[in-house]
Amino acid sequence: MVREIWNVSSEVRAKCSPLNAMTIGVLALQGDFDAHRKRLEELGATVVLVKKPEQLDQIDGLVIPGGESSTFLKLLGQAGFEKLKEFVRVKPTFGTCAGAILLANEVENPKQTGLGVLDIRIRRNAYGRQVDSSIREGKLNGSPIEMVFIRAPKIEHVGPGVEVLATEGEDPVAVRQGKVMAATFHPELSADTRVHRAFLDLIRST
Amino acid sequence: MSQNNGNSTSLRLKTGLAEMLKGGVIMDVTNAEQAVIAEKAGAVAVMALERVPAQIRAEGGVARMASPKKIREIMAAVSIPVMAKCRIGHFAEAQILQELGVDYIDESEVLTPADEAHHVDKHAFTVPFVCGARNLGEALRRIAEGACMIRTKGEAGTGDVVHAVKHIRQIVQEMKILTVLSEQELYAKAKEHQAPYELVKMVAKEGKLPVPNFSAGGIATPADASLVMQLGAEAVFVGSGIFMKDSTTFADPKEAEKRAKAIVQAATHYQDPKVLLEVSEDLAGAMKGLAVSALDEAHMLQTRGW
Repeated sequence: MVREIWNVSSEVRAKCSPLNAMTIGVLALQGDFDAHRKRLEELGATVVLVKKPEQLDQIDGLVIPGGESSTFLKLLGQAGFEKLKEFVRVKPTFGTCAGAILLANEVENPKQTGLGVLDIRIRRNAYGRQVDSSIREGKLNGSPIEMVFIRAPKIEHVGPGVEVLATEGEDPVAVRQGKVMAATFHPELSADTRVHRAFLDLIRST
Repeated sequence: MSQNNGNSTSLRLKTGLAEMLKGGVIMDVTNAEQAVIAEKAGAVAVMALERVPAQIRAEGGVARMASPKKIREIMAAVSIPVMAKCRIGHFAEAQILQELGVDYIDESEVLTPADEAHHVDKHAFTVPFVCGARNLGEALRRIAEGACMIRTKGEAGTGDVVHAVKHIRQIVQEMKILTVLSEQELYAKAKEHQAPYELVKMVAKEGKLPVPNFSAGGIATPADASLVMQLGAEAVFVGSGIFMKDSTTFADPKEAEKRAKAIVQAATHYQDPKVLLEVSEDLAGAMKGLAVSALDEAHMLQTRGW
C-alpha cells in the first residue's frame, strides 16, 4: 500500500497536493544554486540539485541560477544540452542572470548558443564590469521591488509572445513566455520572495 | 552605479559576485592566449598575472602587480570576470587595479608584501577583494578589513596540495568548535583567534564564514580539486597547475587545455568518483611540482600576511 502511494508519478503528485509534493530542480553545475535552493525550501518546495541529465526526469520545474553562462554550456556538454533543450520546452523553467542568458533566443557580447526557448535578445555584461554592479529599485507588476544586478545582462529585444513581468527604468528585467520565466537580476539574493512565488504559481498552473 | 552607496549594499554586491563563482575554477593566466584557453575550458574567472607562482618561486626577485597593459589585454580577450593580484598592504596598486576595472582583487601573499603590519583597507574600495587565510582568525581579520571572499593559503607554485588541505581543515574545524560554545565562551575565543567578537559570534551561529570560502595553493589535479571541495571549499583557484610543465617551462597548450577542462569537471562533480576517474584518465600528467615538506620556512609564501 505504502509502496503504491510512493510509486505515483511526480506529475500526479504535483496535481494532487499543493506545495509539499512539488519537486523543483536547481541546476547545480556552478553558480549561486545554493541561494535558490534555500529560497525554494523556505517556500515549502522539495529541492533537488541537478548535476546529471537524467535527474531532469524527476522534477516538476527547474531553476537555472546565476553563474557564468559560458561555463554552464561547457559543463552541460552535448548530451546535457540536448536533454535540457527538450526539458525547457515541456516543463516550467526559471533562469536568473546566466540562466536568463541560457534560455534566450539570441545572445550578444559575444554571440553564444543557447536553449532558444525565450524569444528575447539579451546582451551579456551590458552594464559593464563588477564595479558597475548595483542594487536598484524596479517594479514587479507595478509595485516596487529591490533588484540585485551583478555583471548583469540586458534584455534588448522582446518578441511578441513574451510578457514583461518586471522593469527597471525603461528596461524589461523579468519576462515570461509560456512556462518559461527569466530575470536579469538575482531575486535569490534579496529577502523579497515574490519572484520565486510567481515561479511556483507558474508550476502549479501548468 | 548611482545606487552603490552604503557599506551593506556594497558588501552584498561584492559577496554576490563570489556567490556566482561557486562550484567553479578560477585559473591563473599570464597572457590573452592562456585566458582564452581557460575560458574555453569552462573557467568561471581568470587571474591575470605577470608570472605564475611557480615562476615567481623559481626566478625570485620582487613580485609586483601585473602590468596594466597585460591585464587590459586579458580583459579584452574574455567575457568572464578578470581578477588581478596586488601586494599585501599596497593600496595604491589596488587603486590602479580598481581604476582599470578588474572584477576582483586578490591581496596576495604570492607577491612580495609592501607593508609589514597593515593589509589594505578593503572597505574603501568598490571592487571586491579576496584574501588568503591559514586559520579562522586570519580569515576573520581579513573579513573585518572588508574581504568578501576567503581562500586557503596553500603553498602557491608547488603543485603540492598539502597545505591547502591543512588550512581548509583548520578553518572548518575551528568553525565547528565555535558552534557548540556558549556566548560567554565566545569572548575568550575571539581573543584567542585575534578576531572581532561580532564576526566570531556570526560564525558560531551560522557554522560558516559570512563570505564564500574557496581554496587555493598547490591544487594541480582533478583529484586535488575534489579533495579540497569535499573538505568544504566552495570553489578552487588553480595557479601553476594548468599552464606549467615544471617551475620554469609552460606546458603544451593542448595539454593545458585538457588539464583545465578536467579540473572544471572535477569542481562540479567533486562527489562523483566515476566522473573524476573519467576526467583523470585522459590526462598525460600534472606539473612536476615541489614537495612543501622540503621547503624551509623562509621560502614559504603563506607566512606572508598576518
